[in-house]
Amino acid sequence: MKHLLSISDLSYDEAVQILDTAQELARVSDGPMKKLPTLRGRTIVNLFYEDSTRTRISFEAAAKRLSADVINFSAKGSSVSKGESLKDTALTLQAMGADAVIIRHSASGAARRLADSEWTSGSVVNAGDGTHEHPSQALLDSFTIRKHLAHGGKDLAGLKVAIVGDVLHSRVARSNVLLLDKLGAKVFLVAPPTLLPVGIENWPATVSYDLDSVLPQVDAVMMLRIQMERMSDSFFPSAREYSRYFGLNQERLAKLKPTAIVMHPGPMNRGLEITAESADSARSVIVEQVSNGISVRMAILYLLLAGEM
Amino acid sequence: MNSADISRALTRISHEILERNSGSDNLVILGIPTRGAHLSNRISKLISEIEGKPVASGTLDITLHRDDLRTRAPRPLMPTMIPNEGIEGKDVVLVDDVLFSGRTIRAALDALGEIGRPQTVQLAVLVDRGHRELPIRADFVGKNLPTNRNQSVKVLLSEVDGRDEVVVE
Repeated sequence: MKHLLSISDLSYDEAVQILDTAQELARVSDGPMKKLPTLRGRTIVNLFYEDSTRTRISFEAAAKRLSADVINFSAKGSSVSKGESLKDTALTLQAMGADAVIIRHSASGAARRLADSEWTSGSVVNAGDGTHEHPSQALLDSFTIRKHLAHGGKDLAGLKVAIVGDVLHSRVARSNVLLLDKLGAKVFLVAPPTLLPVGIENWPATVSYDLDSVLPQVDAVMMLRIQMERMSDSFFPSAREYSRYFGLNQERLAKLKPTAIVMHPGPMNRGLEITAESADSARSVIVEQVSNGISVRMAILYLLLAGEM
Repeated sequence: MNSADISRALTRISHEILERNSGSDNLVILGIPTRGAHLSNRISKLISEIEGKPVASGTLDITLHRDDLRTRAPRPLMPTMIPNEGIEGKDVVLVDDVLFSGRTIRAALDALGEIGRPQTVQLAVLVDRGHRELPIRADFVGKNLPTNRNQSVKVLLSEVDGRDEVVVE
């Protein structure tokens, strides 16, 4: 693996290898070894054209635990606000000796553009490109599901996962559907028709408009954030109506299997797609997703950067 | 070395470890995956039988501390399992199959240093084939095998390879 651009590029074996590596790294960093020398001398650039809290911090923490040097770049407060192009920014970073670029961009395909270009010789990791993909988030979600529900299995065969909400604007949903399917899970997409993309019938997932009928069947339910910043039209009549039909609340929580877990990629709109009680309930693994994110991103950086380059 | 030779060597090493450390109370036996971990299991079992009580044992993966990571494709990580009591102030015995350049053991010493500060660190190996590149030596050796630098020494163990044998090619 040279880059991590999308889940569709990953083979089953590569996906399982990332999860296995993350599992060992989690064990190491839960234990006494907090800091590992593995990536000493490597330089990793966080190139963030869009706002992010957990993804950027998570990649930064992962890189630092492996002793890499991290340079943070955010579009705000940089020459991008003076009109610098992605190409010139990338050439600058290359001249500074970046071994890997972790890029988030509002344009779908930005990470691929960077990886295919001559602008940088390092590895490129897609940390979210427009409404296309967010592979590291999908990997940490599958890692979390595997840890809780696979009982030592390598993949997610036989498990059922519901992804609920704004599928249309969600790169997390797209990456998750591809990865969950690759790992053998059955995926339900639950959303109002206005929040489902064109061509959804070709996705490896079952579409439903009725959350209450799906909940009792699934082992994990993944709530998506309503992405107000990407919505120029009105996709549902009101926030109250949306949460009545598609929000996770106490009543719906009770319909889940006793072992089922509740997930959310963050940041949450509490009271909209998920109530505070559901987010803070004992079934919620939302905070754990964040710490698993560090292990999974350590695994990604290890597999991309530790070997011969 | 055949199966009986390996078994005798491990029994002797187990006795030597106990003799050197006056019993097993302060011992932690750590195997380096893959084959060192299996040898460590066997030694721990022998020591427990001899002393009539369990000895603390575990595994230590040194991949993340290797100095040759950049020379080849990334290696899969193996489990690291440190006993709950930790290694602080303990007499740690590292177990590996073959001692060659000494670089694995250097990496293991680094990995141990991240975990804690043992009272002593000792090294047990099934085969010492010479050609050290670092000032490292073994405390307990199953067999000294004089080899040519370009030969390869393979330790086969029933747990992974279906039979016990040491092969020089």
